[in-house]
Amino acid sequence: MVDPDTQREAVVAAVEAVAERMAEERRYLTDLDSAIGDADHGGNVTRGFEAAAEQVAEAAEADDDATPADLVKRVGRALISEVGGASGPLYGGSIMSASAELDGGITAETTVAFAEAYLDKLQERGKAELGSKTMVDAVTPAVHTYKKSIEQDDLPPLSALAKAVDAAERGVRFTTPLRAKKGRASYLGWRSVGHQDPGATSTLFVLEELLSVADDYLEGDVERDATSPTVPDADPEEAADDEGAGGADGPDAGGDD
Amino acid sequence: MVGLVVVTHSAKVAEGVADTAAQMGGEGRVVPAGGDPDGGLGTDVDRIEAAIRESYEANVDADAESEADGVVVLVDLGSAVMSAETAADVVEVDGIEVAFADAPVVEGTVEAAVEATSPKATLDSVVERAEGAREYRKFG
Repeated sequence: MVDPDTQREAVVAAVEAVAERMAEERRYLTDLDSAIGDADHGGNVTRGFEAAAEQVAEAAEADDDATPADLVKRVGRALISEVGGASGPLYGGSIMSASAELDGGITAETTVAFAEAYLDKLQERGKAELGSKTMVDAVTPAVHTYKKSIEQDDLPPLSALAKAVDAAERGVRFTTPLRAKKGRASYLGWRSVGHQDPGATSTLFVLEELLSVADDYLEGDVERDATSPTVPDADPEEAADDEGAGGADGPDAGGDD
Repeated sequence: MVGLVVVTHSAKVAEGVADTAAQMGGEGRVVPAGGDPDGGLGTDVDRIEAAIRESYEANVDADAESEADGVVVLVDLGSAVMSAETAADVVEVDGIEVAFADAPVVEGTVEAAVEATSPKATLDSVVERAEGAREYRKFG
């Protein structure tokens, strides 16, 4: 386990990385939200995470006794205060509520508990099920993959997180063809189909930045692939198809020998 | 005594509802918490939290002899629900009990304010009275 001071440093670095990423993606998130929402998601999360980064850095500096859990709780509180609309309560309330799971420090076990508590609160607060075209569609596969990777596959947390990020990405893509059942997008009914969910998308950005910062602090392979290694790689029928379609003069993909 | 907070997207609506309820409910005091942090349309968890605390404290002072009974919150729609629930999570850590009335916000707040003035009012009785407003028939 990484020592407590380094954990604090990592929490601050993670929130700063997320804040920077949101600022970069602000326009993109707002474009997604203008299609099916009220075009404020990019601005909201940017403002929220900037405030969170500032407050957490200050708190870490001012108070040597602030635990990693305290700092994470503070992130939630800042998001609640700064982010209007539904994103503040969803992001901030879930982080604040789940932060208690980190009381024992940031370990493989506590982060699994944090992830599960985050998902529980998110679903309770948003009353969204999987497939409602919300943040839940990104968080659920990420949390399930993270938990399974740690508890069943005994992977190091960094590798588990890398898989979780891939799982979230698949979840985000899955929101596009769905009809929204929650939030403002649900008022659009069938017209919401064909648009990627902004909240699920910003959730993926958060996870990507957590992975990037975790990579600076932890050992392990970073392979963004949520699929299980026990699934056969190739479909047996594919080999047969290749013979007919490609032919002897088919383009040589690799090129080198 | 039971406190009352009304949460709406418009600050003016919340204030207007509180005024209306104050007139109808006599001494029943309603704390308004409308609008977003920048004064626009929306909701503000910090403002709602402060309103719940204010309402609770006022009743603690009024009930020097007995315990304050907590706060009933009425909300309009959409993010008001989530913001109010989040504010409730925050204050409940400090032992302030919060209940939500699933009711039309104007009629429900008026009913709640009337019930809250009763010396026997409880969180449940105020919620029940407010939710009874859903059955209103205004034209026969």
